[in-house]
Amino acid sequence: MDRNDKNYKRTLIGKRIAKELKDGDWCNLGIGLPTEVANHIPEGTSVFFQTENGMMGVGPAPAQGEEDKDLINAGGGFITAIPGACYFDSCISFGIIRGGHLDMTVLGGLQVDEQGNLANWMIPGKMVPGMGGAMDLVTGAKKVVVAMEHTDKHGNAKLLKNCCLPLTAKEKVNLIVTDMAVIEIKDKRMHLIEIAEGLTVDDVIKATEPELVLPKEIKYFSI
Amino acid sequence: MPQIIDAKTAASLIKENERIMFGSFLAVGCAETIIDEIVKLGTKDLHLICIASDYEDRGVGKLLSKKQFKSAQVSHLGTNKAIQDQYNNGEIQVEMIPQGTLMERIRAKGAGLGGVLTPTGLGTVVEEGKDVLTIDGNQFILEKPISADWAIIKAEKADKMGNLVYSKTARNSNPVMATAAEKVIVEVSEIVEIGDINPEDVVTPGIFIDYIIKA
Repeated sequence: MDRNDKNYKRTLIGKRIAKELKDGDWCNLGIGLPTEVANHIPEGTSVFFQTENGMMGVGPAPAQGEEDKDLINAGGGFITAIPGACYFDSCISFGIIRGGHLDMTVLGGLQVDEQGNLANWMIPGKMVPGMGGAMDLVTGAKKVVVAMEHTDKHGNAKLLKNCCLPLTAKEKVNLIVTDMAVIEIKDKRMHLIEIAEGLTVDDVIKATEPELVLPKEIKYFSI
Repeated sequence: MPQIIDAKTAASLIKENERIMFGSFLAVGCAETIIDEIVKLGTKDLHLICIASDYEDRGVGKLLSKKQFKSAQVSHLGTNKAIQDQYNNGEIQVEMIPQGTLMERIRAKGAGLGGVLTPTGLGTVVEEGKDVLTIDGNQFILEKPISADWAIIKAEKADKMGNLVYSKTARNSNPVMATAAEKVIVEVSEIVEIGDINPEDVVTPGIFIDYIIKA
């Protein structure tokens, strides 16, 4: 097991977030790392995935040669529809999102702070991809989960006292799952819930800017 | 009743400095044939209203690659380097709008509303310069309607009344844009006779449609 391996981190994070989903949940997965969650839904658990370009009931990617030009996800990748799927226009789609009808949304993050603020849509002067549907998703979903690496490529903390990048939404994040820890945001504090197998509480504390509220008993998660 | 015309004629209706809504989500559900004709004509200084800027060689991205827009209202431009370069060089003005808000601002125009109240963007740069209202104890940003001279949309099928049916995720912003522009041009894969679409299946009522192009 190589802790720095991208695939290891992706699987670890995706598998742990999948445990947050309950049978019958409606969920939206963001582009990139969050899509990994769909690969780890426990057997016997039925979860319906929305894609904000206008569909509920996203199925796996089609076999090569069976792509439908009119059937994509929000990242532009080809998808399939599961039985019971439905299509709708962008207004209905964002009504579902903003109106509080989704049980959970999973998004990537550049920074999260202890107020539950999320920054994930631009780096001034560098990267301006735009917010797409992220601001609506974080504002409206019943539970907001951020999937991201615990530190940036230089080892700097991404879990901060205060975000310094432009915010996606204010005080909306409920749970952060990284390659190091599961952290819940409650009463404007970061509560350590679990740590990745092989790490110590000290490792997580060193990689996190705000003071963590520690659990009575340390639990571990692994791939 | 809408007129059935060809894509070249449709493109020639678009004049410099006009505001155009394009249905599209990453070039799916996009009137590619009409866009190709506008590219050929080279009409400049247009204003773009679209979910995203698509790709450099697909969707509205083809017009961006030819620098035919002077300004844009979009929610995302991460898939198109041409618009990012033009934005960084100051060649194009861009208003970045959360996708759900963009859709509702368009819907407001089409539905005759003076605006919409949304919680999306509270506490972010999106809120800057806008009125924030408190309704029953909750805060909302007042977002104003977005209008356009033209909506250029894509549907799967039209009857000669202009009633439209869409295909899967190619529906996206097309139905709402059909309601909000002064004139609406739809590109379809198939035109059928009046009565050949079950009224229960119609997504966009023909009253919104001015021109139909079969491509």
